[in-house]
Amino acid sequence: MGYPHPSHAGEHPVLSKHFGDAGARTFDGWVKRGGYEGLKKALGMTRDQVVEEVKASGLRGRGGAGFPTGMKWSFMPKEVVKPHYLVCNADESEPGTFKDREIIRWTPHQLIEGCAIGAHAIGAERIYIYIRGEFTPEHKILLAAVDEAYKGGALGANVFGSGRRIDVVVHRGAGAYICGEETAMMNSIEGKRGNPRIKPPFPAVAGLWACPTTINNVETLAAAGHILRQGGAWYKGLCKGNPKSTGTKLFSVCGHVQRPGNYEVVMGTSMKELIYDMCGGMRPGRTLKAVIPGGSSVPIMTPAEVEDCLLDYEGVVAKGSMLGSGGMIVMDDSTDLVYQVMRLARFYAHESCAQCTQCREGTAWTTRILEKILAGKGRREDLDLLLDLADNMTGKTICVLSDSCAAPVVSAIKKFPAEFDAYISREKQPVMVTA
Amino acid sequence: MSTAHAAGESHQPVFVGPTRAKLEALFPNYPTKQSVLLPALWLVQEARGWISEGAIHEVAEVLGLTPAYVKGVVTFYTMYHTHPVGRHFIQVCTTSPCNICGAEEVTKAFLRHTGCGELGATSPDGRFTVIEVECLGACGFATPVLIDDDFVEGVTPERVAGILQGYK
Repeated sequence: MGYPHPSHAGEHPVLSKHFGDAGARTFDGWVKRGGYEGLKKALGMTRDQVVEEVKASGLRGRGGAGFPTGMKWSFMPKEVVKPHYLVCNADESEPGTFKDREIIRWTPHQLIEGCAIGAHAIGAERIYIYIRGEFTPEHKILLAAVDEAYKGGALGANVFGSGRRIDVVVHRGAGAYICGEETAMMNSIEGKRGNPRIKPPFPAVAGLWACPTTINNVETLAAAGHILRQGGAWYKGLCKGNPKSTGTKLFSVCGHVQRPGNYEVVMGTSMKELIYDMCGGMRPGRTLKAVIPGGSSVPIMTPAEVEDCLLDYEGVVAKGSMLGSGGMIVMDDSTDLVYQVMRLARFYAHESCAQCTQCREGTAWTTRILEKILAGKGRREDLDLLLDLADNMTGKTICVLSDSCAAPVVSAIKKFPAEFDAYISREKQPVMVTA
Repeated sequence: MSTAHAAGESHQPVFVGPTRAKLEALFPNYPTKQSVLLPALWLVQEARGWISEGAIHEVAEVLGLTPAYVKGVVTFYTMYHTHPVGRHFIQVCTTSPCNICGAEEVTKAFLRHTGCGELGATSPDGRFTVIEVECLGACGFATPVLIDDDFVEGVTPERVAGILQGYK
């Protein structure tokens, strides 16, 4: 549902069905709402059968990459020689994204159930849920829910009498966007600085403490319970666009819409319907200027690109951007795009782990050049310099933080040149005194 | 005693009594002692409000790590305080989604009403420290503000004075 707003007819609430309903938060409340049936069903199946069911559903990673979940699970070794681990990525920090927070806040057992199913599917006995440090209320809610799940038999040495052992450890982050990157997250759990690791080896081969590990996003795991309960075929049938994008997806819509919030729609729903019908469109007297559709790390879209864009992995790529995490930042004509792109660059400069030169230097210089333009000291050549920098920041580093900084900058310069020209030609008053 | 000497300051050990018990309870959760570092640092900050040089030495000794290593980790994560802060620590989200909804005005209102003057400084009465924070992950509820462990949503400049009354 469109929490904090009532559900819209265009939505298809599965994961968000109980958002806003505090009764769904407890173990008993979750069971009453059909919860833990998916886990019980999974425990009666073999590892392979669970993986096949999820493969059949077409579920793809909801953290941003969109990798097929069943296939990811199938990469884990068949024989358990060293311990296997499941890591749940609850380090939601991508600007514009606030869906996982709602899943944990309202339905922590939905997540625990999905985690236990994932652990069973990959032969893991232990799950680490990595929750970002700033989510203080959600951390407490999750700890209480884990406690209840042990008491209710959904976790522990003998899950629902199956003989299967599944434990959950909640690991709290301490303020570092980069720890949402899966290899940085593993380092952080190991008690290290959150520096991403070079791949290969991939986590399924050598992850946490060099043991086979799978990392899944909160929303991905939450979907697993429903897929097991209602079947992969049911989930696959939820599709309005490209058949490679199935199921429902939570979209966090923020910025200049009348009703910001989380909206759950079937993959392939029109972006325009989401922004204008469900979210109520722009504020009175305002028009749409731009949308960043997948969290701040993806290219900016123009109103023309939004016009007939379908909300699925392929649909957004066809319009020159990416679905990412589904965190949509909507900006109306009051927005100073140059200033906002500078704020994003500053974000990435602040969050760079500083391992790779291209990222450490590139994010900092991008910020400084944008600040200089905003201070009324920009030159035409600065735009070429920014594009050249962005080129050196793309595809050349251990992780994609640096690429993520480049994407909004490049797309803003290419799609909204007049915004930059206004500062460079001194038509527009400088907005910064620094630089 | 060795920890206090090494740090060159007087340091009252953190990991005694109930805090020691909390630490011990963490060890079974991880296959290595090193992995307990982040949760151990949280325990220090809960007990003392910040992480001093003395505490860094104590954590290092307890977990079998070097103080330099521990310091490297402490300084990587922005939520660990390496110096004392006000009784109430206020973090205002000013990343783009909140920024376009007026977050910088909210920050200014906090600076004005707390008497902090500037970001990162503590008010003269020791009551508040205000910082800007990057994305708090509640963009649909602009502007979110984290005050100690309280997550306050939809903060506007007009609400600031009233909110602060709850923090003495």
